[in-house]
Amino acid sequence: MANDNRQTTFDNADQGSEALRNVTQNEYKYGFVSDIDSDIIPRGLNEDVIRLISSKKGEPDWLLDFRLKAFRHWQTLEMPTWAHLKIPEIDYQAISYYAAPKKKDAPKSLDEVDPKLIDTFNRLGIPLEEQKALSGMAVDAVMDSVSVKTTHREKLAELGVIFCSFSEAVKDYPDLVRRYLGKVVSYRDNFFAALNSAVFSDGSFVYIPKGVRCPMELSTYFRINASGTGQFERTLIVADDDSYVSYLEGCTAPMRDENQLHAAIVEIIVEERAEVKYSTVQNWYAGDSEGKGGVYNFVTKRGLCRGDYSKLSWTQVETGSAITWKYPGCILAGEGSVGEFYSVAVTNNYQQADTGTKMIHIGKNSRSTIVSKGISAGHSENSYRGLVSVAPGASGVRNHTQCDSLLLSSTCGAHTFPYIDVKNETAVVEHEATTSKISEDQLFYCNQRGIPTEEAVALIVNGYAKEVMNKLPMEFAVEAQKLLSITLEGSVG
Amino acid sequence: MEDILLKVDNLHAGIEGKEILKGINLTVRPGEVHAIMGPNGSGKSTLSGVLAGDPKFNVTEGSAMLHGVDLLALSPEDRSHEGLFLSFQYPVEIPGVSMVNFMRAALNAKRKYFNEEPLSAGEFLKLMRQKREIVELDNKLASRSVNEGFSGGEKKRNEIFQMAVLEPRLSILDETDSGLDIDALRIVAGGVNRLRTERNATIVITHYQRLLDYIRPDFVHILYKGRIVYSGGPELALELEEKGYDWIKQQVDNQ
Repeated sequence: MANDNRQTTFDNADQGSEALRNVTQNEYKYGFVSDIDSDIIPRGLNEDVIRLISSKKGEPDWLLDFRLKAFRHWQTLEMPTWAHLKIPEIDYQAISYYAAPKKKDAPKSLDEVDPKLIDTFNRLGIPLEEQKALSGMAVDAVMDSVSVKTTHREKLAELGVIFCSFSEAVKDYPDLVRRYLGKVVSYRDNFFAALNSAVFSDGSFVYIPKGVRCPMELSTYFRINASGTGQFERTLIVADDDSYVSYLEGCTAPMRDENQLHAAIVEIIVEERAEVKYSTVQNWYAGDSEGKGGVYNFVTKRGLCRGDYSKLSWTQVETGSAITWKYPGCILAGEGSVGEFYSVAVTNNYQQADTGTKMIHIGKNSRSTIVSKGISAGHSENSYRGLVSVAPGASGVRNHTQCDSLLLSSTCGAHTFPYIDVKNETAVVEHEATTSKISEDQLFYCNQRGIPTEEAVALIVNGYAKEVMNKLPMEFAVEAQKLLSITLEGSVG
Repeated sequence: MEDILLKVDNLHAGIEGKEILKGINLTVRPGEVHAIMGPNGSGKSTLSGVLAGDPKFNVTEGSAMLHGVDLLALSPEDRSHEGLFLSFQYPVEIPGVSMVNFMRAALNAKRKYFNEEPLSAGEFLKLMRQKREIVELDNKLASRSVNEGFSGGEKKRNEIFQMAVLEPRLSILDETDSGLDIDALRIVAGGVNRLRTERNATIVITHYQRLLDYIRPDFVHILYKGRIVYSGGPELALELEEKGYDWIKQQVDNQ
């Protein structure tokens, strides 16, 4: 196992950091709290709490068993410490594991949904009324622990596409859920996966039948609202033979002084010749400029390219969260299967990110591409951690990794931890890495042409991240570009 | 006052406490072309950097007025909006930022300064097309990243292209001829000449007489040790070409 561990910090990257500072003290426009009557269970975690969650959701016994097994396993685990992160101690007994906007029964139509909820999602730019809903996109809106509303369901059902909240899937498609749940990310996978498996409350479920090309983008929008709670959702996507789906997730949370825990699981199964594109624009509250508050984003995302010539593509734009710990990966089991990972991770102020991917090559002639663009500013720490492994029987494997870091201050850190584990001599594995900073000369050149420094930084950063941004669906690309600029406002001088 | 475009008065400036410009005086009127020549290290590039507001340099004394506006009080971008353009000796590369996006940001920043609406995409692309022809820059270059992978000649043509788009009142061409072969030089100089009007003016900073065969100056100034030590007409450039800088150096150093 080759383990190349390099660290780069620049002392001389201070570039008139005054202007950079001005740019970074921006307002987080999603930081509002909605006044919604919520059903929150008492803080703390034990088997009774898990039984309570399960009974609130009216779950079958097999699912309760799954949760309890996960919980018992979790109790034997300790929080991982290998990431390049300083994580303050988390008191898991001080968190409430279930918070749901109150409602009488499951709403039959939108009229029965609390108008304040609809208003919240309107303010986030996610209209839930069918007539106003974005026509090219179906949305599952998740507030705290439960799904509020899924749009365009009927239209999708005509094609046999299932897109609903996880809870509904358990009720309506128990066999499908049972067949796939925990098959890609086992509850034994890691500490946070075990925790999620024990307490997960809702999320989205997607099934694309054989030969269907899903005609619209599917999207889940996650919103944490209640205080003192964590969000633990699960997403399960199954793409049957010869199908295609593009899936997006977005997330925001109110500004709070406390840290909130978000520990999610995403599992994806891609069958023969099917293709899944999974895009994330992560904008959880990042804490203030002093590093107070913010969401801990500890997420396990993995896809199994089980079918031959299947393809899974992860694209992520990570701008939020106080701490990010996630490695969306691909198990490339099918012959000729393809895994892709395109990432832009921006950290500013006191944010920390340890993110990357795992490409596990098992199938012959499987291929993977990794493009990671880290951008660090302020006092933040930004690490890329990636694994490329090739199994003994996997001949003809190809991987190309490109891993770039852009530094915007002299007090931030950019780190690269690539792990390469090749057990088949026919594999071709390439790793390229660069570290750069925005130079005074570039800024002056832009200034001379009339472009103010803040705009110049946004232009340069977006140029740097372009290769990844181009992979985002059109609907999100513009939003993500703006987000990049806002996150770095005031970060260059 | 109306017919003075640039008035530099007793300008002193330096870098990291070292004085480089030691009292520059220069007056440029609309329609004129001034050449500033001088040996290496005489302060030519410092002068252009100081006028454009490069933060590397500190101004310690003197003034510079552009059509009556105090240049030294303005940020580099406002100097640009007020009509100052610098064609860089070494244009920097900005990876991933297309020329189209770059110029659009520049032009719209200027329009915003004058409270004008941004140009529509259609209008802007049309303008790009017109201006490109002035320096025979092909479409592919315009869609590439700013200066990235451009040859020396392409970079300089790209500078003049930007000048054409921004329509400055005063253009300073810093060693625009360096690194150019004769064909590129002809194209670049041709572009500059096509952009000349009675309202704008050009300062050409150069080492060699060669460029001045293509861009005819009205005045030639010799910069040496941070001062303009000699001014004359176009014939001065020819004299320098023939005799070199030594006679000037001797004259100044013996004083």
